[in-house]
Amino acid sequence: MDKRLPGLNEAVSGIKDGATVMIGGFGGSGNPIELIHALIDAGPKDLTVINNNAGNGKIGIAAMIDAGMVKKMICSFPKSSDPRAFTDRYMAGEIELELVPQGTLAERIRAGGTGIPAFYTPASYGTELAEGKPTAEFDGKHYVQERWLKADFALIKAELADHFGNLTYRMAARNFSPLMAAAAATTIVQATKVVEPGGIDPEQVHTPGIFVDHVVEVADPQQEEALIRAGVEYERA
Amino acid sequence: MSELKLSNAQIAWRAAQDIEDGAYVNLGIGFPEMVAQYTVDGRTPVFHTENGLLGFGPAPEPGSEDWDLINAGKKAVTLKPGASFFHHADSFGMVRGGHLDVAILGALQVAQNGDLANWRVGNKGVPAVGGAMDLVHGAKRVAVLTDHVTKKGDPKLVDACTFPLTGVGCVTRVYTSLAVVDIVDGHFVLREKLAGMSMDDLQAVTGAPLHTEGDVADLVVPEL
Repeated sequence: MDKRLPGLNEAVSGIKDGATVMIGGFGGSGNPIELIHALIDAGPKDLTVINNNAGNGKIGIAAMIDAGMVKKMICSFPKSSDPRAFTDRYMAGEIELELVPQGTLAERIRAGGTGIPAFYTPASYGTELAEGKPTAEFDGKHYVQERWLKADFALIKAELADHFGNLTYRMAARNFSPLMAAAAATTIVQATKVVEPGGIDPEQVHTPGIFVDHVVEVADPQQEEALIRAGVEYERA
Repeated sequence: MSELKLSNAQIAWRAAQDIEDGAYVNLGIGFPEMVAQYTVDGRTPVFHTENGLLGFGPAPEPGSEDWDLINAGKKAVTLKPGASFFHHADSFGMVRGGHLDVAILGALQVAQNGDLANWRVGNKGVPAVGGAMDLVHGAKRVAVLTDHVTKKGDPKLVDACTFPLTGVGCVTRVYTSLAVVDIVDGHFVLREKLAGMSMDDLQAVTGAPLHTEGDVADLVVPEL
């Protein structure tokens, strides 16, 4: 078994118009910039994108939105230091938004990857984000029913990967990625270093390879926050 | 110290006095983050941030930021000995599951029944909720830091919230620029107030009745 692919373009070539794509990361931490930019080059349209945020500056998810690829965002916080790309499209009525409390977003993705179609959470009970959702009372407290969230693809940034797709993440870059890797039908990983099976201590694996389909090595990956601070703009190759 | 009102730093200092040694604490983005600066000597609280980190410390020196090591406000932080990383579902499991000792948030309005409004003023612009609706559920104490009144002078402690709600019946204590107020059985109970302020003056800037249970202590903070 070998899940390695030779390049980013091969990795994203299966993502077609109308797909639902989970993208790992919280702000710039864990954001798979190189995979996103390869997806912009490939250019599928009418995508539903699931990420905690909705892009920043003129790179990554913001550049996807600017390129007109995104029909809908599912996220908790569509604001950032430079939220122009999403804000302009949203105010113009050109992009849909499903706003989900952050913990509920994480749990919906976990549920999607672990075969739990719905669950109850106290978050959002009694607020406008619970409107239209079933509620229930357990042991005297009120809860809102939330549904699982799945995707056709997940784009993930890892630190180490092996040929079997076992992954480790660097520091707080882990965030949504282990959940998304499990919740997507096809999980595509960019890893800073790809090693032989056995190259990662089994006790240190964060995401087991069963959740991973494709691995591409991207040595010395870019960091969204650093690119934004440098004023970098991504344009389709 | 001004007798008129506490500064944000002084409100944060007062809140920090109630954080026990070894407490697991989530501080909301912005004003509540100041509480960490006033950690009482000899106590070691562990700070939680929603994006998946327990045990972070202050910002690094400018130029030495690592952007994989950030807090929920997307600011660069540092690691303290004993820190740990985890994924987002575990992070919010810690919140909803009752494992945090205290969550401290900002507020637009707090109602006497403990309802909190802090995420949105109206229905214009792009809505963004982040973790606010999750953080108000589960911590053993959910505390709010706020000015006692708005910039226009309207009460922020109210009979019922008029802004969109973040959570229902979730707040347990409010630290304001004038007082420390608990929420008990659907009403405000005044615990501390500035010594120079009369009960009548405080009630006049509070949007619902202030009850008392025994003595009201003076709210005393250092110059900061």
